[in-house]
Amino acid sequence: MANPLVVEYLPILIFLGIAVVIAGAAVGASFLVASQKPDSEKVSAYECGFEPFDDARSKFDVRFYLVAILFIIFDLEVAFLFPWAISLGDIGLFGFWSMVVFLGVLTIGFIYEWKKGALEWE
Amino acid sequence: MVELWSGYAWPTIIIVLQIVAIIIPLLVGVAYLTYAERKVLAAMQLRQGPNMVGPFGLFQPLADGLKLFGKETVIPAGANRVVFVFAPMLTFLLSLIAWAVIPFSSTMVLANINVGVLYLFAISSLGVYGIIMAGWASNSKYAFLGGLRSAAQMVSYEVSIGFVIITVLLCVGSLNLSDVVLAQRTVWFAIPLFPMFVVFFISALAETNRAPFDLPEGESELVGGYNVEYSAMTFALFFLGEYANMILMSAMTSILFLGGWLPPFDIAPLNWIPGPIWFALKIALVLFMFLWVRATVPRYRYDQLMRLGWKVFLPFSLFWVILTAGVLVTFGWLP
Amino acid sequence: MIVQSLAFYLFAAILVASAVMVIAARNPVHSVLFLILAFFNAAGLFVLIGAEFVAMILVIVYVGAVAVLFLFVVMMLDINFRELRSGALQYLPVGITVGLVLLVELALVLGTWVIVPDLAAVSGAPTPAPDQINNTHALGLLIYTHYAYLFQAAGLILLIAMIGAIVLTLRSREGVRRQNISAQVSRRRDQVVAIRKVPTRGGV
Repeated sequence: MANPLVVEYLPILIFLGIAVVIAGAAVGASFLVASQKPDSEKVSAYECGFEPFDDARSKFDVRFYLVAILFIIFDLEVAFLFPWAISLGDIGLFGFWSMVVFLGVLTIGFIYEWKKGALEWE
Repeated sequence: MVELWSGYAWPTIIIVLQIVAIIIPLLVGVAYLTYAERKVLAAMQLRQGPNMVGPFGLFQPLADGLKLFGKETVIPAGANRVVFVFAPMLTFLLSLIAWAVIPFSSTMVLANINVGVLYLFAISSLGVYGIIMAGWASNSKYAFLGGLRSAAQMVSYEVSIGFVIITVLLCVGSLNLSDVVLAQRTVWFAIPLFPMFVVFFISALAETNRAPFDLPEGESELVGGYNVEYSAMTFALFFLGEYANMILMSAMTSILFLGGWLPPFDIAPLNWIPGPIWFALKIALVLFMFLWVRATVPRYRYDQLMRLGWKVFLPFSLFWVILTAGVLVTFGWLP
Repeated sequence: MIVQSLAFYLFAAILVASAVMVIAARNPVHSVLFLILAFFNAAGLFVLIGAEFVAMILVIVYVGAVAVLFLFVVMMLDINFRELRSGALQYLPVGITVGLVLLVELALVLGTWVIVPDLAAVSGAPTPAPDQINNTHALGLLIYTHYAYLFQAAGLILLIAMIGAIVLTLRSREGVRRQNISAQVSRRRDQVVAIRKVPTRGGV
């Protein structure tokens, strides 16, 4: 057990193993215990009494992609904020203004987005 | 041999026992949260709630669990079988492993990692996968639409949760969850950062797909959303995962804003009560608020939900990050 | 120590296997899911060398955000992947060339470490000792001051990405009726309700 930092992560790995076993056992045991009698009506997709037509996985509004892309950008912004938040006491005013400029640049992007109507859901 | 026993096997056994000591109360808590939800909603609507199975209906969750266990696992013909079965398992195990880093008192914490806050943030950002995978694998239109909505919704509120966490971290100066709690000895962060507390609570509702943001399963339009096609234990795992996530979010709220295991005031009768009990009480309080909101507030429309996330919470929490940092830097209050 | 090596081989083996499955899987959604598994194991490897911050950011950004977008695109765009795949072999030479270039570059990077072992000390900022400071804090001390220009450049890249995404994807639809909340809330009773005396048999 060399690195004390890594040792702290061992319980998480074991926890993951136990959780996988519990989840697998629950589904598996129920599958074995309960009687399984599938028929063609039972296993067809639910569609309010209609016969399901067409594949359900279809194209959809491009807005969902836009939301995902904007999320990536803001998520990166948050990722940059984490080390800043905990070391702000040591990097002083320069570090503070450095981040303000960074956020200012992204706020310009945010205002652009807002004015363009990318945040409107229609 | 002795070294192998004392060096590896014994610590492993202790860790496994600790994990079991976390999982069992958690699962019992989840079971009784469903009972509490039905009782609280019933009381708020002047009904009785479950009262037939056992005294006061106390065995109701066990009966429900047994019933779901004995049901047939229906896997739709058009479904992608592996992903279909894996999705609920993923939701369930993510909601469990997050508990590895939660501190229950100053000494009771399984994995006291340096980046505990990031770990929780990471796990909660993975929750979206179970739902997208379920929606896609079912090959059903309702499930697909529900999964899609849910993914966009969780992703939108994730951003403001991130900013809220940053404001708390600014006041703590560490990513370790025990440090976050200990930084609240003088005052709980819910008081100086009250607006952020509100934003976090509402975002937590959206993140766990609870009312008034329960559009992914909006039964009036999507039947059941991403879990229409699920039955038996696969459905039960989704259900357990969702409620375990609610408890997790409440635990996060109490760690970040309500002082975790600390008593409200460090004076005689209050600090006799052990830390884990305070922690459990705070979790129960936040959970009660979750249920209360469900009984009170009507469901949002999807465009309103996106508007609230992107146009209200995002700029507001970003502004508070800068404001908090500015105040802390100006007055030299940084930790 | 042995647990650490075992964990390393476990993570490394799953990482390589899932990376192979990313390109070998028939169903593109399975490919993305294997990619996510690969990211996870990479995060595990980062934890093993003590880089916990990078590991968590890898999970948050790549698994939590980038892979969600991949999954959106792959799951829900109606691309015929069998058709795409049929022509894959003719791109093989190009693919191999790119792979070789990357391999050579990696070898060069690793080679410099072997030839000039103290290179990192010359070019980079001094690295603090890991037992005195955790690596998130150490990163925070450097990014915003020592590497301020690069940090601002990262901000500009994010801005370009944001604007680019909007320019490429935003299509405004005609005839959409939007909710105007302030107009709704500021409506007064006398603006919308009127009381009229309706004459009998006259109608309004």
